[in-house]
Amino acid sequence: MKNSIGRFVPEGFRPFTGSNEYKKQQRKLIPEKQCHDGFELLGSVSDMFDKLNIKDGMTLSFHHHLRNGDFVLNAVLEEIKKRNLKNIRLAPSSLFPQNASLVELMENGNVTEIYTDYVNGPVADAISNGKLQGMCVMYTHGGRPMAIESGSLHIDVAILATPAVDKEGNGSGFTGKSACGSLGYAVSDLKYADKVVLVTDNLVEHLENAQLEGKYVDYVVRMDAIGDPNGIVSGTTRITKDPVGLKIARDTTALLEEIGMIKDGLSMQTGAGGTSLAVAYYVKNRMLEKGIKGSFASGGITGYFTDMLEEGLFDELYDVQCFDLKAVQSIGKNSNHHAMSGSKYANPFDDNVVDKLDFVILGATEIDLDFNVNVTTDSHGKIMGGSGGHSDTAHGAKVTVITTNLIKSRLPIIKEKVTTVTTPGEDVDVLVTERGIAINPKRVDLLEKLKNSRLPIFTMQQLLEKAHSITGQPDKLVLSDKPVGVVVYRDGTVIDTLYKVN
Amino acid sequence: MRRSLLFIPGNNPAMLQNSDVFGSDAVIYDLEDAVSVTEKDAARVLVSQFLATTDNMPMEIVVRINGLDTDYYLKDIEAVVSDKIDTIMLPKAQVEDLNKLDKLLSAVEKQKKIKKHIGVLPIIELTASVLQINEIVRCPRVNGVLLGAEDLSSDLEVARTRQGNEILLPRMQIAYACAAHKIDAIDTPFTDTNDMDALKEDCKFVCNLGMNAKAAIHPNQIPTINSVFVPSDKLINWALRVEEAARRAAEKGLGVFSLDGKMVDKPVIMRAEKILEKARKYHLTDEEGGSL
Repeated sequence: MKNSIGRFVPEGFRPFTGSNEYKKQQRKLIPEKQCHDGFELLGSVSDMFDKLNIKDGMTLSFHHHLRNGDFVLNAVLEEIKKRNLKNIRLAPSSLFPQNASLVELMENGNVTEIYTDYVNGPVADAISNGKLQGMCVMYTHGGRPMAIESGSLHIDVAILATPAVDKEGNGSGFTGKSACGSLGYAVSDLKYADKVVLVTDNLVEHLENAQLEGKYVDYVVRMDAIGDPNGIVSGTTRITKDPVGLKIARDTTALLEEIGMIKDGLSMQTGAGGTSLAVAYYVKNRMLEKGIKGSFASGGITGYFTDMLEEGLFDELYDVQCFDLKAVQSIGKNSNHHAMSGSKYANPFDDNVVDKLDFVILGATEIDLDFNVNVTTDSHGKIMGGSGGHSDTAHGAKVTVITTNLIKSRLPIIKEKVTTVTTPGEDVDVLVTERGIAINPKRVDLLEKLKNSRLPIFTMQQLLEKAHSITGQPDKLVLSDKPVGVVVYRDGTVIDTLYKVN
Repeated sequence: MRRSLLFIPGNNPAMLQNSDVFGSDAVIYDLEDAVSVTEKDAARVLVSQFLATTDNMPMEIVVRINGLDTDYYLKDIEAVVSDKIDTIMLPKAQVEDLNKLDKLLSAVEKQKKIKKHIGVLPIIELTASVLQINEIVRCPRVNGVLLGAEDLSSDLEVARTRQGNEILLPRMQIAYACAAHKIDAIDTPFTDTNDMDALKEDCKFVCNLGMNAKAAIHPNQIPTINSVFVPSDKLINWALRVEEAARRAAEKGLGVFSLDGKMVDKPVIMRAEKILEKARKYHLTDEEGGSL
């Protein structure tokens, strides 16, 4: 079966039919898990397996707020291996290079299905090489809470690394030696898993403003350390110094100015990439020059945005995950820096934040003539990321801008057809590259505003030809016919299929 | 007419590939100081191959060859001189060198049947060159002069300072000599690539001395340089009004007229024309002629 954008959909999955189709549906909610007072304290991950009788075929979920510094998921993987459990379904909100030990469990059939929003490193390579017996189902950050609350992703046990837990079982990421800030992606797991375990290295008397409510918590496991908070800092959370990236950022800001986006009360989000943050830098300068103030910024938050909050350039920040330690420090002390859940951030059926965004700045691994964007695989079809909030913010924001080099490592980024569709072109409005800007022809309003612009505006076809004039035309990629996973759009439909790499 | 000239190391393929995107009025592919002795051959081949396979570059193409006191310059000229380049930049230039280079270029142009007349940009970076500046601007092919302050201060045995008093004289001499011969007076690069505020001040200072362009050693410097070496909106609007008033006066057969209570004569009209020439070249006026 093929979906509405011509991509193959494996049996058992619903095909994507359009980014607004979810509006015709009702929100489906399974009952929240039963609440209770008190929890049982356990001394180890092994005790947790015994107590909860974790067995073959169960679904275990995790959040990724400690990112590449998380110790909890790896500790659980070690226990699965030790007990030689089979056919475990793993549902972490993201997977990182440090989770490499999962590869062996995939090869041995311990873990046979993965449900996640983002995966890179050795696990991504192994999935692409066909080492997962079942499928890898890749959600968006808004689609995952929707899948959990609707029951389509049923979780037997949510195992949630929590930097501080109090005597009532409330959990917070704001304090403790492993503080990581917002725990937004854990909230749906907490409310809808059959059993909930908080894993902590920091038991305290009482927590103010706990993001995880103790009434849902069944067990607390104490570990010496749940992670290394330095691992949450990514190299891509700093403004680029690359002159090409800065040129793209300057042109993006000029475009935002010309289409009237840099105005009093603006709301914005950028990815954590260096070029996206450079856009924030130039937008900030324009805001200062014009003497205007934004209403909010959202998403994964970096220190750059907390500085803007401190400087009075935004009224509020809505933070689903902290990308660096400066953001972690801010969320605990600035009352206008709010933690939000993944559902509140981007669930299409929730009163979400992404729908209130004026503009979002996002990256792309590939973009095609129909403005479809790939951030899931590289140009060989190998998994190297995932939507995260890409599709969610692209749909919600009034203007979605993709910033990317036209050519990276001699490869043109514009394709006739992207290898994998992550975000549908109907939700992508503008592409800004170092060699020109393309506006989605569907955005007649933007084209009208830019009709007298001196910005270098071309059609996507013209930009593709420019790229090919420099690189030549790359050979067409031939993918294998063995699906290893699916890219699930935020409404639960399949927008594309992932294949074993040749 | 230039505002900015961007140095690109000749041995860096990624920078060569992107050299046309930063909005400089000229790029200078460097075979000299940016390239170590062990890389000279590679840079020469890379630049010549890059030029051979690249079309429609939207800016002036300059190649800085090695000085005539080295063993490299003949191979440089042989490799890079073609219809693809506009100008050769000559380090440590003196009158004798410029005359020699003119003959060499004439021979290569003839041999390769090059249709263009390749220009020359001498760098003033010897004290002796400063003393020859009035002759240098008269040499064949010279279409501008670049001040090279780092080597010049070394030759003078003084330290370079942020304030730049040690190069005030050559800056002024170059500005006057170039203005007299209607060629570009190009200021030395600003070496702190992180301090854009100081770069802007430096640009404004030399602009007020009469220099009309600046070389850049980092692409991030280009927007700042380009923003300074153009007339201000106020000046453009004034020039537009002078132009319009002059047109009406000419219709009435008047050579001298009054605007805002001030006399406007030929020198004032010529200044307004120069301002508008630059403003129009850099698209600083809208289609109706008004300042953007």
